[in-house]
Amino acid sequence: MKVLIVPPNSLILFDLVERFGHEPLSVMAVLQEKIESKEIESPPINVTVDDVKKGLKYAAIEVPSGIRGRLAIYGPLVDIAEAAIIMEDAPFMFGCVGCARTNEMMKLLIRKRKIPLLELDYPANEDEAKAMVAQIKTFLEGLVK
Amino acid sequence: MIKIAQLSCGTEYSAVQSEIEAAATAVGAKMVYPDVDMEKINSAVDRFGFNPVSPQLKLMIARAMALADKSYEADAVFISSCFRCAEAALVRTELRKFIQNNTRMPVVTYSFTERTKSGQLLTRMEALVTIVERKELLARERQVGLTAGLDSGSSTTKAVIMRDNVIIGKSWTPTADIFSSAETVLQEALAQAGVTMGQLEAIGTTGYGRFTLGKKFKAKLVQEELTTNSKGAVWLADRQKGEATIIDIGGMDNKAITVRDGIPDNFTMGGICAGASGRFLELTAKRLKVEITELGAMADRGDHTKVPMNSYCSIFGIQDLVTSLAAGHTVEDVAAAACHSVAEQIYEQQLQEIEVRKPIIQVGGTSLISGLVTAMEHTLGERPIVPPHSQYIGAVGGALLSSGFIEGH
Repeated sequence: MKVLIVPPNSLILFDLVERFGHEPLSVMAVLQEKIESKEIESPPINVTVDDVKKGLKYAAIEVPSGIRGRLAIYGPLVDIAEAAIIMEDAPFMFGCVGCARTNEMMKLLIRKRKIPLLELDYPANEDEAKAMVAQIKTFLEGLVK
Repeated sequence: MIKIAQLSCGTEYSAVQSEIEAAATAVGAKMVYPDVDMEKINSAVDRFGFNPVSPQLKLMIARAMALADKSYEADAVFISSCFRCAEAALVRTELRKFIQNNTRMPVVTYSFTERTKSGQLLTRMEALVTIVERKELLARERQVGLTAGLDSGSSTTKAVIMRDNVIIGKSWTPTADIFSSAETVLQEALAQAGVTMGQLEAIGTTGYGRFTLGKKFKAKLVQEELTTNSKGAVWLADRQKGEATIIDIGGMDNKAITVRDGIPDNFTMGGICAGASGRFLELTAKRLKVEITELGAMADRGDHTKVPMNSYCSIFGIQDLVTSLAAGHTVEDVAAAACHSVAEQIYEQQLQEIEVRKPIIQVGGTSLISGLVTAMEHTLGERPIVPPHSQYIGAVGGALLSSGFIEGH
């Protein structure tokens, strides 16, 4: 199944999803495609004015462009996700989108989809980390198409 | 008295709360503030799924939950927050969807500045009240008897005479003096219909001059243009059942209205910028030295992508237009760019505030500018329906709804 991870650039969550036999939906592939695209010239990550306009699908014009631009990238991942894992309060080294508003909006979009969802708090110690991995494992093993 | 539930953030600190209440009072309604238990605010936020940092936005969410759960009764909902607040804009739009999905109450959203005055809110409040108070009247699908509709718009005045669900006379003129413009079109429409003023069983007025004309012509129906135009649009497009989105790009303001069985349940009205209205196209036609009636076909022959028109202001838009002509672009390309600019602004500024439902019905005088309809098609990915007599929606709505006041009907 296509499992969206939040933060969408978390390498740890990406690895766990893949390890348990599912397809992680992350932002890495999307951004890689944009960066490598030779036709577009809007460095450093080639988010164009048209991308920002596409973000209007998820947030109104009044919402600042940075949020709409981010949602233009993350929103389509939410649209195709079949399940999701959300990690709350993760330190930014774990992965982040750099914008608290976008984070909240993404979580809302996921919750509204009513897909299987696992919401976790970032572990504070080793025991909690082990419990977290066990929870993710159980969740992913329980996902059946 | 109609109770309009206010879900808002920042109104008290922006000096607009009294304006909101004044607008509600002016249309015979009362603003109410759903009571919520302080202890339930966090659980409401959890249930909603978006956790804003601002506590007043959390309260907004809890109040919306109270309405959805029917623990607080109201008739309509007004959702409002400060212009340019990102967090509030996200919450406002999502709360609007939440209310629409969980209640049958009409809802309107509005982002205010400290300059917002009650007059700007009046039509919106009046429409909320009309939808609640006149549900039966708005459900009317057939016109009966002999009635007239008068639409006193900011650019043009229109009159329609209807008999037994058929338009038998119609006329329009540019709005100058409200009385003489209305008198002119009414007499012309009556002459075309072959009837006299004395024979009319009811008159309905709408548009900016509705109150003044309603008094003069002793109208049985005086109603704001949001609900009246919606009725006229679905009647003309023969889409009285089911859902639709009505886009009415007017001379001074634009309306985007979603309807269910011909009755609006959500609408936005933009009136801040002339760059997104029919007025900009009038200015364009004037600068290109063509009649406004020729602008659409001219735009259809052009290619908007060849002309950079990045300004969202009518003054700077005309400046772009002049620069483009000076650079050697054809008038056709410039006309197409002007139409595209208006369509894009409607999409970005208004259609984001409502849930676009198919089919899309484009009406109002600007719907006769084919280049603008083409531009809307490019922007929306689907060609809007432009019904016959699409510029007469307000007058048709007035004639149709006023027939509900004829004795025996």
